[in-house]
Amino acid sequence: MMISFNLNGKQASADVAPDTPLLWVLRDTLGMTGTKFGCGKALCGACTVHLNGNAVRSCQTPIGSVAGQKVTTIEGLPANHAVKKAWIALDVPQCGYCQPGQMMQAAALVAQNKKPSDADIDAWMSGNICRCGTYPRIRAAIKDAARMA
Amino acid sequence: MENIQMTARRDFLKASAAVGGGLTLGMYLPLGAKVAEAQAKTNSPNAWVKIGTDNSITIMCARSEMGQDVYTSMPMLVAEELEVDINKIKVEFAPPAEVYINSLLGGQLTGGSTAVRDAWEKLRKAGASARMMLVGAAAKEWGVDAGQCKAANGTISGPGGKKTTYGAVAEAAAKMEVPKDVPLKPAKEFKIVGNKAQKRLDTPMKVAGTATFGIDVRVPNMLYAAVAMPPMIGGKVQSFDDSRAKNMPGVKAVVQYSRGVAVVAESYWQAKKAKDLLLITWDEGPNANNDMVKVWAGLKDASNQPGAVFREAGDADGAIAGAAKVYEATYELPHLSHSPMEPQNTVADVRADGATIITPTQFQQLVPFVVAGATGLKPEQITVITTFLGGGFGRRVEVDYTIDAAEISKAVGAPVKMVWSREDDMTHDSYRPGGYYKVQMGVDGGGKLVGYRYHGTSPSISSRLFPSIVKDGIDPFAVEAIDNFPYAVPNHKLTYQMHDTGITPGYWRGVSHNLNAYVVEGFIDEVAHAVGKDPIQFRIDNLDYTEEKHKWSGLSAGVAVGGRLKKVLEMVREKSGWGKKYPEGRGQGVAVMEGYNTCLACVAEVSVTKNYDVIVDKVTYAIDAGQLIHPDQAKAQVESCTIFGQSACMYGEITVKNGGVEQTNFDGYRVVRMNEAPKAMDIHWLESNNTPGGLGEPATALVQAAIGNAIFAATGIRVRKMPFTPENIKGSMKA
Repeated sequence: MMISFNLNGKQASADVAPDTPLLWVLRDTLGMTGTKFGCGKALCGACTVHLNGNAVRSCQTPIGSVAGQKVTTIEGLPANHAVKKAWIALDVPQCGYCQPGQMMQAAALVAQNKKPSDADIDAWMSGNICRCGTYPRIRAAIKDAARMA
Repeated sequence: MENIQMTARRDFLKASAAVGGGLTLGMYLPLGAKVAEAQAKTNSPNAWVKIGTDNSITIMCARSEMGQDVYTSMPMLVAEELEVDINKIKVEFAPPAEVYINSLLGGQLTGGSTAVRDAWEKLRKAGASARMMLVGAAAKEWGVDAGQCKAANGTISGPGGKKTTYGAVAEAAAKMEVPKDVPLKPAKEFKIVGNKAQKRLDTPMKVAGTATFGIDVRVPNMLYAAVAMPPMIGGKVQSFDDSRAKNMPGVKAVVQYSRGVAVVAESYWQAKKAKDLLLITWDEGPNANNDMVKVWAGLKDASNQPGAVFREAGDADGAIAGAAKVYEATYELPHLSHSPMEPQNTVADVRADGATIITPTQFQQLVPFVVAGATGLKPEQITVITTFLGGGFGRRVEVDYTIDAAEISKAVGAPVKMVWSREDDMTHDSYRPGGYYKVQMGVDGGGKLVGYRYHGTSPSISSRLFPSIVKDGIDPFAVEAIDNFPYAVPNHKLTYQMHDTGITPGYWRGVSHNLNAYVVEGFIDEVAHAVGKDPIQFRIDNLDYTEEKHKWSGLSAGVAVGGRLKKVLEMVREKSGWGKKYPEGRGQGVAVMEGYNTCLACVAEVSVTKNYDVIVDKVTYAIDAGQLIHPDQAKAQVESCTIFGQSACMYGEITVKNGGVEQTNFDGYRVVRMNEAPKAMDIHWLESNNTPGGLGEPATALVQAAIGNAIFAATGIRVRKMPFTPENIKGSMKA
């Protein structure tokens, strides 16, 4: 079944079963591999993208529910976005695998909160796992990004 | 220590490894005799440096980048002596080749916190040698003495304003003789090494989402495989019914391979959906009835064996029997999962004439041999490409998943990307072995330590992977952080009893440091409190200040380092504000350790709630790691180790039931999240030009001991059973 949606500002379409998770449509069908597979159950946040500006877990988002809507992935987050700049400035990533999800989750926070407290960051980011333990730098980068945003 | 390294080297080469699904491959990597030669050849500029006629400089990275920064820190060493701008070079992951063998491990392997230690001199010499050849080529062209020429920033200048670039003389340089005497810069002339402002070279692509991990690889005509593997460790496929699976949309084939059944389809999701419809009858194998009651009963029972002595002086049992006071304790440490964020995967293209394996691996050198064994091809027909690794932590030292992918690709005759689910990954890991530990300390009437007994019982990882490094019942990777027991006790006897729990043991970040450091540092803390001494001062007073050689810890300093440990203890005492008075439920704990030739002291500050939940408020370190190559990322490794170790000691526990691992995803296997990470981390370095020590692992072990000791300080409860869950803390109350 052909499903069309807006991906990073451009029209995209995929001929897949409507229950296919957005994650796998992005990665396999459209070749956008910046969005990562971590757990398949919305437990780790590695697959986080924006759906109409909200952070969602693409592994739990059937492509059928996305038809006609607006999806932004790490590739679509502008290079000069405050989150990307802050991440680079602090050398946040280690292995880097979880970071697209972390950044998409963080971008949704700084879009609505210009001065997130530690508690705000804890509450907003605790769904995103990083096994390398980059949390202290993510926390600092979010604060920097919020100031820049 | 030297002996161990030599033996370890031989064995990595002659890896008689049991890998994947019980498939035993007797392998011989035909490199043994060439190791010495390979090390000598390391100075060849072609192996480490590629210079384009366009003046592009590519530096080869022969270690796997799994977060620990080798992608930047290794090239920094080359660039320092090559005299190029580190920020303008390209980095390429090296293919398997003799020249890239890790001299400390004897294989092209990333592990054991050895990347920088192995590279420290070797890569600077490689850079210097290349520079000397480039300068020599320019001097020859100009007809002047090389001593009159100078290299800087990829250009060479000579007398009379002569100037050329590396690119212009690269071809001539490649024909120059490799210099034999390669002097290196003194530390005070370093421009790149030790630069605190240096950025990681892989950050931009990791932030852009364009860094290629194994799971991101796409090759033409590639199919996707999802797999079903036995739920019980050691199980096998008995029979299967694929009548529903094979008719699902997109499915190209259902194939049985050595350890399971794979569904191959046009996309991963199609493969996964069809895989869920397979009906498989398992041959449950020898561990079918294994559970935690059996695992712990087995460990405790085995601990009644005398074990093998790995260090002894005087008469420990006699001294303890005659001591004024005897303290004793037992410790129970669980099995743990690696759970890197990127589940295991491999792209394999097995053809009649050869194979290409693209994979996130820590051990690229082993891949051609195991894939040859699995496909009937010859190792030299197999090309291995290493990608970025989405975490490693030791899991990717194992090459099981490359074998699986190769078998599946061969069966379908097409390139295949095999992707494990999180559940596959967590239930088919090789686990940090659990262990059961008995310790005793005898103290005389004057408060002096007179006798120490240490008896550890745990599975032996090396017996499975590299059996010939196991000697006389001792696995060197089971006695780390205890073979180098840092305290001076005149009578001591340290023993190890190996015991298989039926839970596949694997090398896990820090390996046995995690087991032994907790017991050593937890117990010395108990003794300090029992004799009424300050835990830091007590340690300083009892450190071993001799230069006694240690026999087994092949990757450690190899000698007693009491003086270095004293310095880090004094520094952490000052920096942590040690001795602060806290309200009930809050406290500081200390631990100290040498591992990988790095000396670390850690003070953890924790709060324990009324419900016995532990909050790590602050962690302070003082570290002597010698010369730091990339200081900001040295710090990042300590941050990383801290949170990895915190996950382990606070939440980590793998359990089995009916022979299979019960935890399948991050709901059952809890790891530290943003809200649980330490509220503050304060990392201090002892200034040093000493040879670098390893940093990718040791703090992982140490922080666990510091947190355990802080829980005692906060609550008066000594928790000798990990993890530090409310249940285990409450269960420890009376003890």
